[in-house]
Amino acid sequence: MTLAKVWVYAEGADSKPTSLTLELLTKARELGGTVEAFYAGADAAAVAPVLGSYGAAKVYATSDLSGALPGPAVAAAMAAQIASESPDLVMFGMTYEARDVMGRLSVKIDRPVLTNSIDVSLDGSSVRCTTAIFGGNTLVTTAFSGGGPALAAFRPKSFAAEEGGAGAGEVVSVALPDVGATGAARVLARHVEESTGPKLDEADIVVSGGRGLGEAGNYHLIEEIAKLLKGAPGASRAIVDAGWVPYSYQVGQTGKVVKPTVYVAAGISGATQHMVGMKGSKNIIAINKDKEAPIFSISDLGIVGDVHKVLPKLIEALQARG
Amino acid sequence: MDVVVCVKQIPDPAVPGSLDPSAHTLKREGKLILDESDSYGVEMALQLVDAAGGGEVSLVSMAPNNEVSGLRTALAMGAAKAVLVSDPALQGSDSLSTAKVLAKAIGRIGSPDLILTATESTDGYTGTVPEQVAELLGLPSVTFAKHVEVAGATVKVQRQTEAGYDEVECSLPAVVSVTAGVVEPRYPSFKGIMAAKNKPVDEVTVADLGLDASSVGWAGARQEVVDVAAADARQAGEIVEDDGEGHLKIIAFLEGLKVI
Repeated sequence: MTLAKVWVYAEGADSKPTSLTLELLTKARELGGTVEAFYAGADAAAVAPVLGSYGAAKVYATSDLSGALPGPAVAAAMAAQIASESPDLVMFGMTYEARDVMGRLSVKIDRPVLTNSIDVSLDGSSVRCTTAIFGGNTLVTTAFSGGGPALAAFRPKSFAAEEGGAGAGEVVSVALPDVGATGAARVLARHVEESTGPKLDEADIVVSGGRGLGEAGNYHLIEEIAKLLKGAPGASRAIVDAGWVPYSYQVGQTGKVVKPTVYVAAGISGATQHMVGMKGSKNIIAINKDKEAPIFSISDLGIVGDVHKVLPKLIEALQARG
Repeated sequence: MDVVVCVKQIPDPAVPGSLDPSAHTLKREGKLILDESDSYGVEMALQLVDAAGGGEVSLVSMAPNNEVSGLRTALAMGAAKAVLVSDPALQGSDSLSTAKVLAKAIGRIGSPDLILTATESTDGYTGTVPEQVAELLGLPSVTFAKHVEVAGATVKVQRQTEAGYDEVECSLPAVVSVTAGVVEPRYPSFKGIMAAKNKPVDEVTVADLGLDASSVGWAGARQEVVDVAAADARQAGEIVEDDGEGHLKIIAFLEGLKVI
């Protein structure tokens, strides 16, 4: 049993679909007879062929947003299209933009949302989403009831992206309705925080630091080890909130989800918020002076010790290897 | 300038959570505290009202059992008053039902210039309530604000993005969701704690808000938990005390994986 029609809210960067979008399209092919994408932005023609090669038969695309935050107008455009196309399920990624659009849309069509999902399945025509709670210890599966479309948002890396399907990626232009004062938020300027080395959510090795580093000035230890291992530096929410490093470094529920070959957690106790973002790593090394720290319960190698002593020696040893 | 802050009162996150075995909802019967995520919005509201040279910070909250402990914390920080919606009919409410309740509760306060929320609660973290409240009230919104300034009838926000941040401007009234760390929440003073005991808390029910009980709670959620299971547990590996050679253990481990 499959659904007649599944939509994916597609997002792009630099006129390429995001990997999360391709993950969702791959899963959508399993669930729906017809897979279609909805894309907000003027460069749909550039992204549509790729969306098609991952299964999207059609790509509904709005015109340029002219600097408006997407939520109100895109949700209005989607609601109008949903009324005529009747998808059974609309899949979103857990991103800033998608969450905004989804929240607005749920009110417009008076349908509930499920977010933070890591899996989706069907029971007959009933859509079921699974979420990991309590730091990933417990899996809760929730079924939508009361008619479609089901609105569900998924965490990155919940599904593997694979090309396939017979999608044509045909672009269908849809109008952006005038939403009046509701759409008043305008982007005046964009700032990109430059980073070197591999991207945090794509790196094969991630080295993260937390409050146990003591002060912002010690974060360079994390950056040095990440560089020596050709990995990316990351951070717990605690030190991002404290302003030691930018938000783009944050690993966790509200930050990046990472699944590298090796994850090194230094001075991180292992709050639920952090663990859900990294527990999918293949190998976890933790260094923490508190032997009761929850991070040790999921570590393959745990060093109970002072990061101020262990990290400098680790740097020396790695440098000595050349 | 009048600011409303939506605040959630949650079980202490330091205590391991559990699910009600029959309803599968998070157990919330004990003492509830102010969600730390909301303390940033409260602090931001107090600072903005100060900077504007006048006005009031009000709170809206939805909680079981007429719980006010968390609200008292925010009142002690300096908020003037609160609306608390508490009703057995609200049990099982999802994010959309919650937004419907909060939007109506905000309406009881009047016409605020600005509505502040966290980006998501610590216990449920659906993360859609701010946008849902904005849509229900017909207001514009800016989410994930890490810096907020009000100039006249305009709010200027640095909005967190995947790559960095955007400078966003929006006319008031508006809904703004703030990230953790946007400001440093103040500790309530003794004087503030004493004053908070006498600040007005308007306790209302679903019927008082003019909402149909079937649009909230289990009836309104239109979703049902069908399975709760333990995830595959990750086993702890080797845990060793650092005797000065801990770094060598790490090197050997990395060598074993052939990543160095």
